[in-house]
Amino acid sequence: MGILEVKGVGKRFGGLQALGDVNLSVQVNTVHAIIGPNGAGKSTLLNCLVGKLIPDTGSVTFDGKSVLGRKPHEINQMGISRVFQTPEIFGDLTVMENVLIPCFAKRDGAFRMHAYESIEQEPDIVNKAEQMLIDVNMIEKRHMTGSSLSRGDKRRLEMAMCLAQDPRLLLLDEPTAGMARADTNNTIDLLKQIKEERDITMAIIEHDMHVVFSLADRITVLAQGTPLVEDTPDNIKGHPKVKEAYLGETQEV
Amino acid sequence: MLGLNKTDSKFLLIVILLTLFTPFLMQPFAADSGLDQFNGGYPDLMQKVAIFGIFAVGFNILFGLTGYLSFGHAAFLGMGSYAAVWMFKLLTMNVIPAILLSMIVSGLLAVIIGYISLRRSGIYFSILTLAFAQMCYKMAYSVLTPITNGETGLQLSLSDPRILDGATESTSLPVTNIFGLAMNSSYKLEALNRVFTFNVGFYFCAIIASIAFYIAIRLFRSPFGMMLRAVKSNQQRMNYMGLNTKPYTLAAFVISGMYAGLAGGLLAAMDPLAGADRMLWTASGEVVIMTILGGAGTLMGPVLGAGVIKYLENIFSKINESVLHSWFHWLPDGLEEVVVWVFARFTGEGWHLTLGLTFMLVVTFLPGGLVEGIKRLKKLTKRGQKPKDKLDAPDPEHTPPPSKHVV
Repeated sequence: MGILEVKGVGKRFGGLQALGDVNLSVQVNTVHAIIGPNGAGKSTLLNCLVGKLIPDTGSVTFDGKSVLGRKPHEINQMGISRVFQTPEIFGDLTVMENVLIPCFAKRDGAFRMHAYESIEQEPDIVNKAEQMLIDVNMIEKRHMTGSSLSRGDKRRLEMAMCLAQDPRLLLLDEPTAGMARADTNNTIDLLKQIKEERDITMAIIEHDMHVVFSLADRITVLAQGTPLVEDTPDNIKGHPKVKEAYLGETQEV
Repeated sequence: MLGLNKTDSKFLLIVILLTLFTPFLMQPFAADSGLDQFNGGYPDLMQKVAIFGIFAVGFNILFGLTGYLSFGHAAFLGMGSYAAVWMFKLLTMNVIPAILLSMIVSGLLAVIIGYISLRRSGIYFSILTLAFAQMCYKMAYSVLTPITNGETGLQLSLSDPRILDGATESTSLPVTNIFGLAMNSSYKLEALNRVFTFNVGFYFCAIIASIAFYIAIRLFRSPFGMMLRAVKSNQQRMNYMGLNTKPYTLAAFVISGMYAGLAGGLLAAMDPLAGADRMLWTASGEVVIMTILGGAGTLMGPVLGAGVIKYLENIFSKINESVLHSWFHWLPDGLEEVVVWVFARFTGEGWHLTLGLTFMLVVTFLPGGLVEGIKRLKKLTKRGQKPKDKLDAPDPEHTPPPSKHVV
């Protein structure tokens, strides 16, 4: 029984069957990659997991509890954090404030006014936010505003924001899309480090095979809305069906 | 000081000092200098600047921090005025209970309007609040006439009970006061060929405004203020961070509604009469203009905007054609007529034209409002003082702006 169980999930947009009967089981403390060609339904699946979309059929349970019908903030409070394909950060706020907000939100996310205290009066929270920035190597940029960061930095910041919540499941939507090779390698190192240091489960959607094969413990291949195979990276590499559907017959991995 | 850091304390202190010395500062021209119509140091104007300053500061908590543009804040202003006048009629002429009630009543109204309007954002939110305010305005003229006294407006009368004040045999209407000190009493000081007026009402407003301003600074600097700015920046991220944005926006809406109610109560405390005109959409628009003119999202901006607009309104509308003729009498006859005609369009009744032009210029060239203008001036003077090596000069695009809020 995995921490995240997806059973028979289907989603239809008008005449397009985006997802049809997807079954997925993500085990605790593993990195599970979901790969597939464009239009395979990877992002739709992710949107169904975080409450952005509600699937037409099937069930999604996290830690034994159904996530369907819950609002995004409620699903997040269950312990699921998501890193977006285009970094979603607070552009008008400084890097430090960006990380302070999830630190203040804490796990339960309940509304608290905090209107009569200043931020400096919460040394625990400030220290935690600083530690997060040190972890992703951005502490020297803490006074910059979010929108002035480079794309790679934005993504690292978003990662820090998600990690500040101590999530149990981290969903990553193409964490290296549009990055140079060096940045990609940095991101891989960062993710490896996170995996080693924390009890965290990760689900990654990725195009870059280099990233997938250096990180993943399990890989699910999605094609046209249905899972083709689910196996370990070594087995996936040589799998003829995968080659045919995704990598192309002549391409060697 | 008072839980603020050094810069903020200094800032607050300067604001308090400025308010305390307003009677001097707004009386810069001597009586015989020919410019004395530009003096604004009379109680009515000074009170209005302080009161509308509170109104705009409160509005800025909603608009400046969360980005939700409310076009219906006048409803809270009007509601506050009605509540305060009713307190004067029923309980006592002391202003303290009156302004407390006006804050509570507008706060409650804000909970209702906010709860419904905040279901939408952007232009839909603005239209919803506008609709609610216009509804309040229309209702004050129609179904609520027993409470609002319709077109005449709510006024004091000798037959009012005023339970706490007890019966008086006086045939004139009582005046609003604070523990016996009448709001309209003034102390006049003649010095340097000027008349300085120290008005009880103004100082009462000034003290309340300083407290309101202090609370606003605390709000801006608190984690709550940070959350509100985050709402403005990226609501989606808030949601995917486990935060429900609604309680935050509703809290901001209610707080700013209470500020507006406080301003309305003070208006009634200075002049105990309340009319539905205060709820009209133009009044809502005025506070939007004040905030944007001064600089939305800044602390000082709304106060500055309120000051400029109320000053323009009171001073420019007083300049009529005869005043203009006395200014330009030295011009040749034909030319004088032309110049006076042109200037008359911008003064007196036409002061809105001046306001419109000012607003247009500020929004076009200083998107950050007057506060941005002041900042630019400061930068210019600094640059003039110590010319730097070209390489030393800070490159605005690559220098991170100093954080105002953390560490």
